[in-house]
Amino acid sequence: MEFNLVKLLPFLIDGLLIGFVYGIAAMGMTLIWGVMKVINLAHGAIISLGSFGVYLLFVSALQLHPYISILLVAAGGLVFGMLTYFIAIHRVINAPYLSTLLATFAVNMIIIGLGTAQFSTTPRAVDFTLGSFRVGGMTLLGTRLFAAGAAVAVTAALYLFLFRTNPGKYIRAVANNRAAAELMGIPSSRILALSFGLGTMLAAISGGLIATFFPFTILSGATYQLKSFVIGVLGGLGNPLGALLGGLILGALEGIIPAYMNTSWVPVVEFVMFVLILLLMPRGLLGAKK
Amino acid sequence: MKESSDAALAQPRPAAQRTGMRVWLNPGLWIAILVVLIAAAVPFITRNASTREVLFLMLMYVVLASSLNIIMGYTGYVSFGHVVFFGFGGYTGLYLMSAHSSSLWVAMAAGGLISGLLAFLIGKAILRLRGAYFALATIGINEAMRAFVANFTPYGAATGISLNFAVYQDYGGAATALWLAYGLVAGLALVSILLSFMIKTSKFGLSLQVIREDEDAAEVMGVTTPNAKTWAYVISAIIPGMVGALYFFKNGNIEPAEAFRLNASIETIVMVMLGGQGTVLGPVLGAAGYQRLRGFLITYPLFKDIQLSVAGALLLIIILFIPGGVVGWLRNRIPPLRRLLI
Repeated sequence: MEFNLVKLLPFLIDGLLIGFVYGIAAMGMTLIWGVMKVINLAHGAIISLGSFGVYLLFVSALQLHPYISILLVAAGGLVFGMLTYFIAIHRVINAPYLSTLLATFAVNMIIIGLGTAQFSTTPRAVDFTLGSFRVGGMTLLGTRLFAAGAAVAVTAALYLFLFRTNPGKYIRAVANNRAAAELMGIPSSRILALSFGLGTMLAAISGGLIATFFPFTILSGATYQLKSFVIGVLGGLGNPLGALLGGLILGALEGIIPAYMNTSWVPVVEFVMFVLILLLMPRGLLGAKK
Repeated sequence: MKESSDAALAQPRPAAQRTGMRVWLNPGLWIAILVVLIAAAVPFITRNASTREVLFLMLMYVVLASSLNIIMGYTGYVSFGHVVFFGFGGYTGLYLMSAHSSSLWVAMAAGGLISGLLAFLIGKAILRLRGAYFALATIGINEAMRAFVANFTPYGAATGISLNFAVYQDYGGAATALWLAYGLVAGLALVSILLSFMIKTSKFGLSLQVIREDEDAAEVMGVTTPNAKTWAYVISAIIPGMVGALYFFKNGNIEPAEAFRLNASIETIVMVMLGGQGTVLGPVLGAAGYQRLRGFLITYPLFKDIQLSVAGALLLIIILFIPGGVVGWLRNRIPPLRRLLI
């Protein structure tokens, strides 16, 4: 067993580092759900757009450093999300949930269609490395360490924003009770747009981080979107910290499972777990937002 | 859903009891049947194989949309992963044909049966979930099934199953087999429309529609909601399972990504929305319209590369401005049509 543990540790740590990035993507999904009860089916497309943003700035004449690009991509994601909210979601925000699901799916189709026409589906990769570090016989990639650190920083920033600023307070108020928040004079439409923008921003950031260590296409975001669902439900839908915890658990599973069985079994385990959690503990690990 | 609740109020008793045989004269039903019959006849008249392939897909989506409508439109449970029944039925059918040399008939029957059984088992578990949680669970089941089949050796794992060309000899060669498949899919489309109509006008259908409007009230009124929901789910899964076996028989091979394509599932929802959920005619018009539109976009040079985006933009416009779909919009605007377009 001890031998196994030593052998497993590198896989586990590798998985955990990627899990942080999954966590960021899922945090965006779960934030949007928590505030406005919308499941964003365009989440994966936006993750892909985030990857492409970093890639395009990197290969352009500017040759921008990927980590500077991520800041620009994050700002772009925020604006894009707010625009998406006003164009596609605002009109149906009070309609049955199917309408918002399909509205975001329509946005997804538009992005994927244009993206496929523009970039084709040939995998791209950002040719960038931070070298690697050797810690006690393990090799850790610099880009992944940085991504994990960035994910922690983003989470901290999100919580500071939600709990220490007025717009953050408004977001929490709207999430708790939109009607009451409106009565208190909170401009709920703008707050909903801001929340959707923040969720989209998180997706774009995760896409940008993914681009620094995995190849990607315009379609690859769909995988991360499905992972976000699993993670969101695992941590408790609407709970951002739960999303980070869920991301770590999923990352750890993805690291460990291949040591015992074929990698292709990983999604089976993930989705069976997903359905079981929905059935047996729909509030997730840290409690879902009602 | 507003206009459908109006319609439910306007029918104090199930239409079938109220009017006896006259309910069968409903023009909505006959328009749907006519659409299918015309589509079915065209390739047989022109003997054009490429028209046949295009219309095969259209009729297949008529089947899928009409079936999905039973759980989604009548009962109000939106199954996002409904393609799981199509894919699993297809896999079962092709497995029987390739490993046990079963006939197409056995394969289709088995595909329908196994999908119904799968729906029964899944439904018992997940129909307790409501709203978006149910939708997420159906996505999860589809993805779990796809990942499982991709590892399941009897089903060919990641490479899937390919039919030996000799299989088609029993049906008069490959060319004749394709025409046979086309006739069968048209037949299944008719069956699914009739089934959809019979459910809508039955007492069972009425209890499903009450569940859609208010599940707790339905329970109070004496509807055994868990049973009603499960049967609706099972019925909505059987014909997709059969058409899955037929479709992959026609293609000659099946693989996980093709069989459990989540986007196909969501496109079927779009078709139901487009035509008008909760009506018999709506899904038929939606499927026919959406497939026509896609065919047009693919052949039109300006839209060829961005056909998905154009379809997405149209979908967005429909959701934002005509949420009841074509039939729902007509019923809302012209009240006398509420009785005519069922």
